[in-house]
Amino acid sequence: MAERQKIDARGAFCPGPLMELIAALKLAAVGDEVDLWSSDKGSASDIPAWCAKVGHAVVESSEHDGYWSVVVRKAK
Amino acid sequence: MSKTILIVGGGLSGTIVANGLCRQMGGELRSGALNITMLGTTETHMYQPGLLYVPFGRMREAELFRDQRKVLDKRVNFFVDPAKHIDVEKNQVTTEAGRTFKYDYLVLASGSRIMPQNIPGMKEGGHWFYDLDGARKLRDALNDFQGGKIIINVNAPHKCPVAPLEAAFMLQEFLKGKGLWEKTELTYTYPIGRLHALEPVAHWAKPEFDRLGIKYETFFNTESVDPEKKTITSMEGSTLPYDLLITIPPHQGAQVIDDSGLGKGGWVPTNTKTLYREGSTNVFVVGDTTNIPISKAGSTAHFEADVTIDNLVSLCQENRFAREYDGKVFCFVETGLGSGTYVWFNYTTPPNPGPPSQMIHWFKLAYNRLYWLSARGLL
Repeated sequence: MAERQKIDARGAFCPGPLMELIAALKLAAVGDEVDLWSSDKGSASDIPAWCAKVGHAVVESSEHDGYWSVVVRKAK
Repeated sequence: MSKTILIVGGGLSGTIVANGLCRQMGGELRSGALNITMLGTTETHMYQPGLLYVPFGRMREAELFRDQRKVLDKRVNFFVDPAKHIDVEKNQVTTEAGRTFKYDYLVLASGSRIMPQNIPGMKEGGHWFYDLDGARKLRDALNDFQGGKIIINVNAPHKCPVAPLEAAFMLQEFLKGKGLWEKTELTYTYPIGRLHALEPVAHWAKPEFDRLGIKYETFFNTESVDPEKKTITSMEGSTLPYDLLITIPPHQGAQVIDDSGLGKGGWVPTNTKTLYREGSTNVFVVGDTTNIPISKAGSTAHFEADVTIDNLVSLCQENRFAREYDGKVFCFVETGLGSGTYVWFNYTTPPNPGPPSQMIHWFKLAYNRLYWLSARGLL
């Protein structure tokens, strides 16, 4: 059964939200989702751009009070 | 009744915690009210940051190691008997040798390890310097290198996040010194869209790479290595040829963490401030073992260990919690064989590295010796 894992990377300067996402997806099974929280506004564009290159699916992207939530589904 | 603090792991953070507790709870140790036990995996303690210098002939292997029993306070019960199963419900750890250790407080400091075997062809086709055997082989490969294409390939996740960048600068200067730079094409690949996770470090590194003639490719996450064709291919669809591949393989935590159901990939879900394992109030997690989204680095391990010592002492002596970890990380950054800078940050303060200087490089060289005072809990 697919799982959804939350990563709270708000305020994470190093290694940063996208690196956390990449690391989490390596451990995830195909179909699992990662809900990444980031206070770096660049994440809202960086993460979809990287997912498009690699082929993972951005399921949701939303702005909250001072942070962005991007949900990515591992596709392969 | 005697309390037991059990430490799983004999790396930097576990060692600092053990020695720090001994220094602050001498009375309890003397009276028998407390015992401190460590389960390690080896008799020796390695200064891991020193591995960076080995391929360039700047540190000898013997300089990296000390006898762990000599680094540890004599009052620590040290066993070279790796943990096999950690049961946080029963407050006990069983070991490879079949012993069972009960605890009142547990410190998980089992660290991380490189996993080149997780990427097809990487183990066969790559060199690295993140363990001793790899550093030796890379030293030999660099001795034999007469020119060609070198790739420094960084994979997520990895510890010591500045080491790959340092290796690039040091390698450029090393090859220049040997008269081989003109015959070399050095390419640095990085998983995200810039040259380093820390934005100011990336902004500083890019013009430096351009000035030195180091090529780079970002958004490069390794999918496979072909040792026969000598090519490396990324998930993003790029394939690069190489004559010498220097990789920073992806890391995972200790197998015992995964096997005990304490965290996928060996990373333990950890409260970012208390450093308690999520769901426990008698299990602390320090160093690379945590899943906290900050750098896996020696300084992180050190600062987390300091906080954990204070909290364990307060809990044992006054039944209260002392203080929270603020996310502090400090890293020296070698910018060549004779210059360096440093960067520090915490959960709320962004990094702001200063200009490189020879003085900071000397500080780093001094720290390569002072490390042993850190491990002993004196610095």
